[in-house]
Amino acid sequence: MSGAWPTIHFLVNGQSCAVRAPAMKRLLDVLREDLRLTGTKEGCGEGECGSCSVRMNGELVNSCLVPVLQAEGAEIETVEGLARNGELHPLQRAFLECGGAQCGICTPGMLMAATHLLARNPHPSLAEIREGLAGNLCRCTGFVRIFDSVIAAADSTEARADQAAHAR
Amino acid sequence: MSTSTTNRIVGAPVPRKEGVDKLLGRARYVDDMEREGLWHGATVRSTIPRGFIRSIRFDRRIDWNEFTVVAAADIPGKNHIQLIAADQPCLADGVVNHCDEAILLIAHPDKHKLRQAVAGVAIEYEPLQPVFTIEESERQDVVVWGADNLLKSFLLEKGDVDSGFAAAAHIVEGEYRTGAQEHLYIENNGVIAEWRAETGLTVWGSLQCPFYVHKSLIAVFDLPEDKVRVIQTETGGAFGGKEDYPSMIASHAALLARKSGHPVKIVYDRMEDLAATTKRHPSRVRHRTAVDRDGKLLAMEIDLATDGGAYSTLSSTVLSRATLHAPGPYRCPNVRVRSRSWATNTVPYGAFRGFGAPQACFAIERHMDVIAAQIGMDPVELRRRNFLHDGDTTATEQVMREPVILDKLLDRALTESDFCAKRERFARENAKSRIQRGMGIAAFYHGSGFTGSGERYLDSLAGVDVPSEGNVRVLVSSTEFGQGTNTVLTQIAAETLRLDYHDVTMAPPDTGIIPNSGPTVASRTAMVVGRLIERACLQLIDLLREKAGLNAEYSRDEFFAACERFRAARGELASLVRYQAPPGIHWDDQRYRGEAYPAYAWAIHVAQVAVDTVTYSAEVEEFWAVQEAGRILHPVLAGGQVEGGIAQAIGYALYEKVILQDGHMANSQMTNYIMPTAEDVPPIHVYFEEIPFRHGGCGAKGIGELPHDGPAPAILNAIMNATGVSFTRIPLLPEDLFAEFALRQDAPATRPVEETAAV
Amino acid sequence: MRGDPEAHELIAPGTLAAVLALLTENPGQWTPIAGGTELMVAHAGGRLEMKKLVSLWGIAELRFVESRARSFVIGAGTTFGDLRAHAEMAAELPLIAKAASWIGAIANQNRATIGGNLVNGSPAADSSPALLAYDAEVELISGRGTRRVAYSDFHTGYKRNVLAADELMFAIHVPRRFVKHRQYLRKVGPRRAMAIAKVALGATALVEDGVVSEIRLAAASLAPFPTRLYQSEAAVLGRPVSAETIQAARNALLAEARPIDDIRSSAEYRRRVGANLLEEFLLALRREARP
Repeated sequence: MSGAWPTIHFLVNGQSCAVRAPAMKRLLDVLREDLRLTGTKEGCGEGECGSCSVRMNGELVNSCLVPVLQAEGAEIETVEGLARNGELHPLQRAFLECGGAQCGICTPGMLMAATHLLARNPHPSLAEIREGLAGNLCRCTGFVRIFDSVIAAADSTEARADQAAHAR
Repeated sequence: MSTSTTNRIVGAPVPRKEGVDKLLGRARYVDDMEREGLWHGATVRSTIPRGFIRSIRFDRRIDWNEFTVVAAADIPGKNHIQLIAADQPCLADGVVNHCDEAILLIAHPDKHKLRQAVAGVAIEYEPLQPVFTIEESERQDVVVWGADNLLKSFLLEKGDVDSGFAAAAHIVEGEYRTGAQEHLYIENNGVIAEWRAETGLTVWGSLQCPFYVHKSLIAVFDLPEDKVRVIQTETGGAFGGKEDYPSMIASHAALLARKSGHPVKIVYDRMEDLAATTKRHPSRVRHRTAVDRDGKLLAMEIDLATDGGAYSTLSSTVLSRATLHAPGPYRCPNVRVRSRSWATNTVPYGAFRGFGAPQACFAIERHMDVIAAQIGMDPVELRRRNFLHDGDTTATEQVMREPVILDKLLDRALTESDFCAKRERFARENAKSRIQRGMGIAAFYHGSGFTGSGERYLDSLAGVDVPSEGNVRVLVSSTEFGQGTNTVLTQIAAETLRLDYHDVTMAPPDTGIIPNSGPTVASRTAMVVGRLIERACLQLIDLLREKAGLNAEYSRDEFFAACERFRAARGELASLVRYQAPPGIHWDDQRYRGEAYPAYAWAIHVAQVAVDTVTYSAEVEEFWAVQEAGRILHPVLAGGQVEGGIAQAIGYALYEKVILQDGHMANSQMTNYIMPTAEDVPPIHVYFEEIPFRHGGCGAKGIGELPHDGPAPAILNAIMNATGVSFTRIPLLPEDLFAEFALRQDAPATRPVEETAAV
Repeated sequence: MRGDPEAHELIAPGTLAAVLALLTENPGQWTPIAGGTELMVAHAGGRLEMKKLVSLWGIAELRFVESRARSFVIGAGTTFGDLRAHAEMAAELPLIAKAASWIGAIANQNRATIGGNLVNGSPAADSSPALLAYDAEVELISGRGTRRVAYSDFHTGYKRNVLAADELMFAIHVPRRFVKHRQYLRKVGPRRAMAIAKVALGATALVEDGVVSEIRLAAASLAPFPTRLYQSEAAVLGRPVSAETIQAARNALLAEARPIDDIRSSAEYRRRVGANLLEEFLLALRREARP
């Protein structure tokens, strides 16, 4: 009964949110249903495909595996928070130029994983990119142009400035 | 016809038309949509593969008044999914023929109560003997479909096969098998249906073919055409898995919407989608080949069988394409292909990228290497000696009137991959390593567009309009699901009309707005529909010249000014055209002879594979693909199609196995159905040779399915090169390699300890 | 999503003491949930039987890596990402960081905890072979105090362990005495990431004066729970690493292993690959031992 539901307080893309939800509701469902942030997707519900990836306190996690109670006090970043003031994030621009998105369903999660990777490792090798994205399945691209996109984004000067701004 | 060969728009890497929305996370897939008063729908499915339904009981602890329940009796029109035949019911009525067949539908506003309700339905069956394999079905001891289990058969004959065998220096036999494969689009199947007395039925969904769904719904609901509206939502991958299946799920949601009086959303979770929806047809192909002393093909006898599952759905057309691709890209005077699709009590198999060609290509390209080994010839040389060339005839007596450049493609593939040097080097290094490396090739074609008279039958209508100032709209029923439909068709229009890329948009994929330009399948979109758009644009220019004073040479602004003059004087401005077959395309469906396809794309694939003899795992280390697919409309999109198709086919060969237990998919989770990750996919190198095709949109031929045909045989040929063992079944898993090596004395993994010194 | 969030209670007392008090007052009633990478999968599948869950996430007292003189002490709530990031431990006990890198992919590593991995007790658990090869001890805690158990004694059967109804895993103690040992860890799965082990082998060994003076071998998926391969160790201990020894070790493993056929692989494959991994380790050991 909703009377027993806790109120979870957390930040999403810098905005304060307070959501009343069952403690065991998945963070994924809270984002999509309660907050209407439908950019984060469900592809498998088992933590295998990564299309539900978000950053929680700076760490990449599968939001389908996080009970919302555990997000209390957390800072959540989703794909909706990447573009700033109508400007595409360097990764989004790189994906557009390099063909990193085809059907687009894996793209939000892939962008979050790539953001996470570049935040920790601004100039990753191809092997490090592969590892950083290994938890995000893409059935359309064969990953080739996703790798190209991440490399292009890492090389761009805006990316460097951006990482400085987002550094944790 | 457009004579532009500069890469102003067509041929340039313009941004994906709907790319920004996808990258912002703003693109709306069906599960992102809400409707006022939305209910959720779920499906009660058969737990047995075949039998009568004896009773259906509803748990008394549940208040069923809260729910809407739909059974076959609630279907107002015909209880079947309209496709080719009409044997697949929308809901099982008294009998089930496969596990996970839909029996009942339930709707409720609360998703969790809905789950409990599904669990609260108890069904009693009287099981019947099921059939699970091609062999069981063709024995016909137990008949589960029609009179004889045979869904479809073809016989393709050229020349005199017996005389070919009589003259043979060598006769080589082989049997090759491919398993089922799941599309694993990252977005599961889903639809929303809404029923209004005044306007009728509206369905939004993740789908490839709005008019297929439209046609099916009309039959299920016995409604006139204008009372059904189908709208495609942004679709997260399809690969053929959303060609026919959406008609089923749309019917289900619509039935619930009609009965409940609420809009109903049905979105499958991964487990349900994996277990209950279509997959690639498993196949068994037997080759018997006569070769002369010089390695020239004299005769091919091919017996091809597919497992169609419980209902016929698309089995006949998949079988057709498999039949036509079975002999490979070779010149052979005598060919017989006998093909059959057999019914089993499994989830009906359906369309999947390649549509019978991957199965056929696997067999012929594996067989070529087997022939080469048996006659002591280099498999590359064997292929060269038998390639089709300009002017040769195929097994259906189609004369190759368009250029066939297999030699050139092969040369380039061998060069780029450093094939011969690597093969030599690996042969030396393998003796001293626990990793066995090898190189393998595959040569193949893929027929673009529908077979034979298919396009005439479709009679596609497409075009452009100018609905508002400064905006040209492409009007097609071709849909976007990642492969680039929106981008290439607007490129073609913008190029032909001499406008900017951003001046042209796509009309919404809504059957209430768009004409029927046919389904988005068969690699026909760029070639066939693109050509329609090209012609429609030229027709629009002519119309504006005639009626709105547009000059022969015009600027973009002048074009739109003319459009405004036309619209002011005459109202709507649109230009639609119907399909016209290219000249000289004649197909005899009875004798299976003539121009099977209007165009062919050609390719050579090269795989470098490493087999680890400690773990028996085979991995693709590097991959090269050289293809000719007409004019490349968009280098990034085309490259992406090839890379994605290759990755998917690597999965088909080495990773993806559908494990059926009593007809139910036991590994129906992503943790157990294994596709390659970013750490598994090798570097893939793609090269295009371009020969514009006169009758394709801006010179294009089909490209989307081509790349899935080659990797599996190229990989297993590389494994044969690496290990000396000819594997003839896919998926080829480490356990299969192990089983084979464990039986052999001389295979690398069983050599004495001293010799297998680790690197 | 087949689970019903309202069918489960989840509370987060926030401190170790509060959790222990809860378990003491209601032994066997509350199931701890840390990163959720196991239990939430069951929840999504509609298979989560436990109705009452107590969250360990965010309890700082459980999430730590301490360098002591003779051991590293790893809090049970430490994530695999934390383990990879601990440079000192990664340098000295590389098998732990390596095992941590096997867990799923980055997102799973940021949530999955070492305690969760061990208590869940899958025979395919990624961290177990390394911890067994390193002779780890687990520290269990309850309202009654703490106790230490050799990790090799922790599992008692398929998904059964020695935890009492009121006990939590508190920490894992890994002795710092393997700097000179030859170390080996290899996982065999269906792909390079996001893979459940078909079989894995962890090993540490010391060769002194031409013979193996110490050896610990541990496997995943060769028994109903993660276990040492004692007979295989016995075939090698005190012997030189000769071709005969290697063959004897292979035979011992083939005899000792009890793998099963399941949806992921076959018993025969697991057994044979296990033996191959052992051979691979021993060959490397032999190469190193040669002067």
